[in-house]
Amino acid sequence: MRQRPWLFLLPTLVLMSISAFIPLMAVINYSLHTIFAGSTPEFVGLQNYADVMGDAQFRGALLRQLTFSLLALLIEIPLGVGIALCMPRKGGAVGLSLVLLGIPLLIPYNVVGIVWRLFTQSDIGVIPRFLAVFGYDYNVSLDATDAFMTILLVDVWHWTPLVVLLAYAGLQAIPQTFYQAAEVDGASAWKTFRYVTLPKLRSVLTLGLLIRFMDSFKVYSEPLLLTGGGPGNATTFMSLFVARKAEAYELGYAGASSIIYLYVVIVMSYILFQFINRSPEERRA
Amino acid sequence: MAKIELKSLEHRYASSRKEKDSFAIEDLNIVWEDGTANALLGPSGCGKTTLLNIISGLIKPTSGSVLFDGVEVNDRPTRERHIAQVFQFPVVYDTMTVFDNLAFPLRNQGKEGNEVEARVNEIMELLDLGSLTAMKASHLNPAEKQIVSLGRGIARKDTVALLLDEPLTVIDPILKLDLRRKLRLVQQELKLTMIYVTHDQHEALTFADRVTIVRDGFIVQSATPEELFLHPRTPFVGYFIGSPGMNTLRCEKTSDGLEIPGSSLSLPSAIASRADKLKGRIDLGIRPEFVETSAEERSDWNRFTIQMVDHAGAYQVLTLQSGSLQIKARVEDHSISKEGDPMWVNFPSEKTNLYADGERVAP
Repeated sequence: MRQRPWLFLLPTLVLMSISAFIPLMAVINYSLHTIFAGSTPEFVGLQNYADVMGDAQFRGALLRQLTFSLLALLIEIPLGVGIALCMPRKGGAVGLSLVLLGIPLLIPYNVVGIVWRLFTQSDIGVIPRFLAVFGYDYNVSLDATDAFMTILLVDVWHWTPLVVLLAYAGLQAIPQTFYQAAEVDGASAWKTFRYVTLPKLRSVLTLGLLIRFMDSFKVYSEPLLLTGGGPGNATTFMSLFVARKAEAYELGYAGASSIIYLYVVIVMSYILFQFINRSPEERRA
Repeated sequence: MAKIELKSLEHRYASSRKEKDSFAIEDLNIVWEDGTANALLGPSGCGKTTLLNIISGLIKPTSGSVLFDGVEVNDRPTRERHIAQVFQFPVVYDTMTVFDNLAFPLRNQGKEGNEVEARVNEIMELLDLGSLTAMKASHLNPAEKQIVSLGRGIARKDTVALLLDEPLTVIDPILKLDLRRKLRLVQQELKLTMIYVTHDQHEALTFADRVTIVRDGFIVQSATPEELFLHPRTPFVGYFIGSPGMNTLRCEKTSDGLEIPGSSLSLPSAIASRADKLKGRIDLGIRPEFVETSAEERSDWNRFTIQMVDHAGAYQVLTLQSGSLQIKARVEDHSISKEGDPMWVNFPSEKTNLYADGERVAP
């Protein structure tokens, strides 16, 4: 029976279409219309897309988003690997450090947002108090850089543990023989890291990089709860931007920006994946 | 190259439980002469790898000393011992080319440019790696990787010794032969002091000038392959070396000579008279190759029944039974043996070893 494979695929396809395909189609449909409450949607073709691309606010959000994600990766990946390298390899300390690391990952997004709002509140927060000691006047609700950096800090705090866990698992999987050989060959600590550890971590780091990239691109609840996207638009990242438009009932416009947003994530992830997954010599060629 | 010596060496693993069992190596003394090819042979888990790692400094022995050319090196870190070590699983630096892999230990010594290039080219020529120079090490097959790790080991001119830890384990049978030939060639060419760890007697015997048999962290015998074959010091060595291993028969002294309990075997008087002066528990050891067999009845020979015939290409291994006694015999003649047939057997005295309390007694 030729159809049998399709029969087995059917449940998955049904689920997929409900969870992803149908909403996506709906959004694409929205993005091609101008929609006002109470009136019949009017088909406008690609007009919404043109509007979005021409919108300085959208371009600002996109640029901000790219900067944010890039910085998050640049900090979280090396930091995560560094912490993983420092972690104990055996004994009771392993379990303890893994649990401690896991805590940020277990806290729900909205709780993270609220907790950090308390941390950063200019009158009672620990962070402004602490920075005041060094004479720095920290204020998330007034200073754009402070706000941006704070969201970045929260992301680093929240998600570096994930990179650590991945890197740690990767490190544990490297056979001891490789380190023994490096020692026999007289390699320095740096060279051992460069030529043994790092190449062996490549696949887990690729995974970490992709997950973190896609996730950081979707950052939403932290800026929403901490800064509300402000001051000004300083922390209005892509998802927040789209949500704002949808809240304002500009459904066609929000739909078009969502699609562009999705497209950017896919393209960027693809580029990133291609870049890392090629071995160095091919990259040079 | 250097002479390597281990003196009253002991090693105990910290995590292991109690007393005697926890010794990986116990009171071990051995000398490997400069420029010789040696093998360490023993069953898995007998402490061979531990021994190698102690020599290269990857493991610090609990007590005793490691000497290179008479100088104690216990406190010398691995990188300063200039040991080359080839591991069971090929270790190459994946992101480097074959050339860079070979140059790695040299560069780690601060050498550069022409000096490195000349030496690496020399090694590549010796190992026939020329065509792979620019190849990424990750693209090599296991045998090539193993050759590269061998090359890395011998690239440094001040290499003290080459240690090989079951280097052929993951290599295809056909390539094994080639790699073993290369190893031997390198050893002879460079006059390396080589210590080859294996649990495969065939590898050890064809490779080394001297084979050391290790069991439970002890050295049982250290001798030439021929000596190990003809005069195994203990029944264990006799059984471990040879395919199939030596027949070991428990004997008892009686008023009129020697008998084997559970059988009505009569032993040649030459053997019985040798046993006269022996004390303690006596074992008789004879290799299947040396068991004389005849399908026709012979006076003075013992009658056995063929239990099993194993064909092994050029020869057959017969399992022979007499009473509750079972022995193995190796015969070249294919025509005669059938399961259930009688077979007359003789143990020639000059090929038979006698053991008193587990130690061989010279005739």
